[in-house]
Amino acid sequence: MNSSETMSETAGVSDPGYRSATRQPFYWSVRRELWENRSIYVAPIIVAIVVLFGFLVSTIGLPERRRAILLGDPVKARAAIEAPYDMAAIMLILTAFIVGVFYCLDALYGERRDRSILFWKSLPVSDRTTLLSKATIPLVILPLVIFAIVVATQLVMMLWTSLLLISHGMSPASTWEYVPLFRNSFILLYGLVAIALWHAPIYGWALLISGWARRATFLWAVVPFLAIGFFEKITFGTSHFASMMKDRLMGFAPKAFSFEMHSVASPQLTPGAYLSSPGLWLGLVVAVVFIAVAIRLRRYRGPL
Amino acid sequence: MLQQRAARHRENVNAMATIEARDLRKTFGTTVALDGIDLHVEEGRILGIIGPNGAGKTTALNAILGLTSYQGELKVLGRDPWTNRDELMRDVSFIADVAVLPRWIRVSQLLDYVAGVHPRFDRAKAESFLSRTTIKRTSKVRELSKGMVAQLHLAIVMAIDARLLVLDEPTLGLDILYRKQFYDSLLNDYFDRSRTIIVTTHQVEEVQDVLTDLMFINRGRIVLECSMEEFDSRYLEVMVNPEHLAAARGLNPLHERAVFGRNVLLFDGVGHDQLERLGEVRRPSIADLFVAVMSPHSQNVSVSASRQRGEPAGQADQVGAAK
Repeated sequence: MNSSETMSETAGVSDPGYRSATRQPFYWSVRRELWENRSIYVAPIIVAIVVLFGFLVSTIGLPERRRAILLGDPVKARAAIEAPYDMAAIMLILTAFIVGVFYCLDALYGERRDRSILFWKSLPVSDRTTLLSKATIPLVILPLVIFAIVVATQLVMMLWTSLLLISHGMSPASTWEYVPLFRNSFILLYGLVAIALWHAPIYGWALLISGWARRATFLWAVVPFLAIGFFEKITFGTSHFASMMKDRLMGFAPKAFSFEMHSVASPQLTPGAYLSSPGLWLGLVVAVVFIAVAIRLRRYRGPL
Repeated sequence: MLQQRAARHRENVNAMATIEARDLRKTFGTTVALDGIDLHVEEGRILGIIGPNGAGKTTALNAILGLTSYQGELKVLGRDPWTNRDELMRDVSFIADVAVLPRWIRVSQLLDYVAGVHPRFDRAKAESFLSRTTIKRTSKVRELSKGMVAQLHLAIVMAIDARLLVLDEPTLGLDILYRKQFYDSLLNDYFDRSRTIIVTTHQVEEVQDVLTDLMFINRGRIVLECSMEEFDSRYLEVMVNPEHLAAARGLNPLHERAVFGRNVLLFDGVGHDQLERLGEVRRPSIADLFVAVMSPHSQNVSVSASRQRGEPAGQADQVGAAK
């Protein structure tokens, strides 16, 4: 990928000091993104704190309710106990998506707006390395950040619930039984990977627009799709395009998981169905094309 | 003609000039930014490119840096800057403008990053340059004054062992102390005969003693190019005594202007002894020559510039016709 860049200098450099450290343009470019865009981890942490605070308030009177729940139907008991944990995960995954899209929309636009692109381009880091490091943020870094924060949040929730129940002379076993943290973490990781790959063309599109637009990147990224959707609805009375877009946003769920209604078990993972769905691979091809175009755009575009 | 050009081209590659351009052209829509520029810059030179706003200076530099595409031939350190940009940037540094350092970054992060990506960056050197300034490692760029940002950028660039350094208005908007210091450090701590520097600036008086070569461009064309030795031997300015004015005008001055009621005439290639009889002779500044050359009534200058390069006056047109 960046062999031409990491290849250390052999000719013309006499001072061994230059060769002592191996140059890692990709690694440092990713770190650079994290320095600049602290929202990548700050935003999820804030959401996690809000979720935890909400959960804290909701546990007032928990022991009494827990007693009542456990007397009833185990399926409903499980659903009730597990719901806040799922909610926390969903909120954080949604945060990651929003942070990722806005990050991508600014990734190539911000450096042109503040003219710092002239500095970045003065260094021997290719446009391809730069784009790949930027695409790594929503596709790899954000899922990992969210994974860590969700697990930490759920752990805090469980410990708090357990302490509360123990302090009221109850066993915390019901929580630990219905919310299997280890298995949930595995499902979460699988889900995050499935979502990231499914959404790859969305991030690719946002990167492309951020490298192309001269202003209002969000509008340029979103309005064309709304326009096509409305046009189809008005002209043909159909909404195939809208359902296509909906599939791109949410379609990973029915492919990657199988939800059995009213089941005590967690959703079943169906990686086979996910990996064999054309939507995934089509989306990845489109994402690669978008990112390739974004690389070309960065080559040609200067500061605004 | 074409064979001749090809032969000359091979010769140039062997000589490995730092920059070699033939008939460099660039248009933006209907605007012609570069209108057939020939350039030959040897290693170890400090070339100043001077021109009015919109003359094509930045476009020329962007072509050299591989930031923009172009028509014509261009080789920088033997490479095509547009197609081999990624390799080229290991040997070329540039300061494209004042204040292009990202405002959010910390000084320490900036050093980490450049050290992490640039194979020819000597971090210890950058640290030692910075230790002479008041810039703190923990500061963010947005907290520094404009002059300090320029110092920081210069410290980084000087710590990169590049063969070509391009500076586009590096001191624009800085106060006189920073500007002076900027060029002093560049000459004392960075420049040696194995490097080449190209600089564009409007503050010509400050680079007069820095440059080894001078080039004026206007409307995408080179209107004058000479080395500073030639500049000093060819151009003389005389504050003419009123009684000798007619005689002085007879010597075909490049330019005439009035200072405190007396006439100052600028001559090209007229002997010092001859001029001394007409009045007070002095060395003109680059700014004086610039004004003389850029004034509408000095068509003869571009001819003499071509003559000085040893090329027929209409050479650019012939090349155009050969295509």
